[in-house]
Amino acid sequence: MFIINEFIQPQTIEEAYNILVSRRNNAVIGGSAFLRMGSKKINTAVDLSKLGLDYIKDEDGYIEIGAYTTLREVETSPILVNSFSGVISNSVKNIIGIQFRNIVTVGASVFSKYGFSDLITALLALDTEIELYKAGRIPLDDFLKRPFEKDVLIRIFIKKNQRRASFQDLRNSVSDYPILNVAVSRLDNQWTIAVGARPRVAAIAIKASEALSEHLGPENLAYYADIAAEELTFGTNERGTAEYRQAMCKVLVKRALMEVLECK
Amino acid sequence: MQIEIILNGKKVSLDVKNNELLADTLRNYGVFSIRKGCDTTCCGLCTIWVEEKPVLSCAMLSVRADGKTITTMEGLQREAEEFAQVLVAEGSEQCGFCSPGFILTVLAMKRELKNPTQEEIVHYLTGNLCRCTGYLGQLRAIKKYLGVA
Ligand SMILES: Cc1cc2nc3c(=O)[nH]c(=O)nc-3n(C[C@H](O)[C@H](O)[C@H](O)COP(=O)(O)OP(=O)(O)OC[C@H]3O[C@@H](n4cnc5c(N)ncnc54)[C@H](O)[C@@H]3O)c2cc1C
Ligand code: FES
Ligand code: FES
Repeated sequence: MFIINEFIQPQTIEEAYNILVSRRNNAVIGGSAFLRMGSKKINTAVDLSKLGLDYIKDEDGYIEIGAYTTLREVETSPILVNSFSGVISNSVKNIIGIQFRNIVTVGASVFSKYGFSDLITALLALDTEIELYKAGRIPLDDFLKRPFEKDVLIRIFIKKNQRRASFQDLRNSVSDYPILNVAVSRLDNQWTIAVGARPRVAAIAIKASEALSEHLGPENLAYYADIAAEELTFGTNERGTAEYRQAMCKVLVKRALMEVLECK
Repeated sequence: MQIEIILNGKKVSLDVKNNELLADTLRNYGVFSIRKGCDTTCCGLCTIWVEEKPVLSCAMLSVRADGKTITTMEGLQREAEEFAQVLVAEGSEQCGFCSPGFILTVLAMKRELKNPTQEEIVHYLTGNLCRCTGYLGQLRAIKKYLGVA
């Protein structure tokens, strides 16, 4: 069981950040679903509930999602269901159950860079930026490559455009952790293929995305899926071997490409 | 820390530890319909409503419940009994250990979804595990209760 010495609800983000960095074992609390499974000794738990970060809005050319928005809100938000072929909402649908998604938060899900994350894979296939208190507003792709540094994730921005997208996942059973997940998006002739749960955190298959953007022939979809599976690295854990993941990557990428081509 | 909640329509003041989970706080207060069936937030047995939404009380910090309206089976006796009778008639209640969490989720679904399809019903209930019934009887009972095909 984790321990919390002090529980604080700051009134500003600046205050939250200052408390967070003032001691090594101070931590932000999201929905606490992940934290409660560990035995972390938290000196001060920083709760962001009073900062109005629970929202999804469509403004100034971006869809903005506050860090305290729950995954259930992401799943059911009409803004997200009706954008990018519903890829963001679809990506969270198999995470445990509704009662769980009513608690867990977007900020924690992205900041933690979990290898198995379904949401990160979907966001990575879109034009996503995140806003951190100290590091500022940066592309999600950059954030995922940076070493860990304490910060507060405040919100997420997704550029509003006509991207069509598809999310595919492979699980032993619905609501289990994914063995592999894939998101593919297309804006005109520009494609992005993201693959997660490798089991490392999601990454963009750059060569496959570029090859596809330059010469698409629908009859050759398997060719591009193979490039993606060859250029990315895969690992082994209790849910699957590297070889299995690589083989399944070809299947999921191909399925996602086909689905995007069918999107209206 | 002292928290104040509205529990099944009544104002209640509770003294909770900073790392205490709502499932434990409420059970210690005597709300025995809440069960804990796992330690990994996967079974749904501890489901309660917070502000009318189904949540896992085993994952929520009690300090976070301050000022919130909380509903458990004890606060939904009439509706729960109505549905439980359909469950029994369909032969889909066995040991009953999963029932409170399951029933609260079904009642939440009834409020949230209008005429749900079978696929939507199953999706809504993926977070509720039952080790006895094999789910088909439960599904029959839900459809009957909601009056959907
Ligand atoms: C049993 C289980 C199964 C899961 N299965 C899946 C799955 O299949 N697919 C999937 O994608 N996800 C899965 N998850 C992850 C889940 O979706 C959430 O991402 C996870 O629980 C973290 O969310 P939380 O709100 O509970 O965070 P917490 O447990 O509160 O926090 C997690 C971490 O994030 C930090 N943090 C929280 N908020 C912020 C913030 N705003 N800024 C900076 N740091 C912050 C905390 O300090 C902590 O280190 C699973 C989680 C559990 C517990
Ligand atoms: S006790 Fe199993 S999900 Fe809460
Ligand atoms: S009836 Fe026994 S666990 Fe569901």
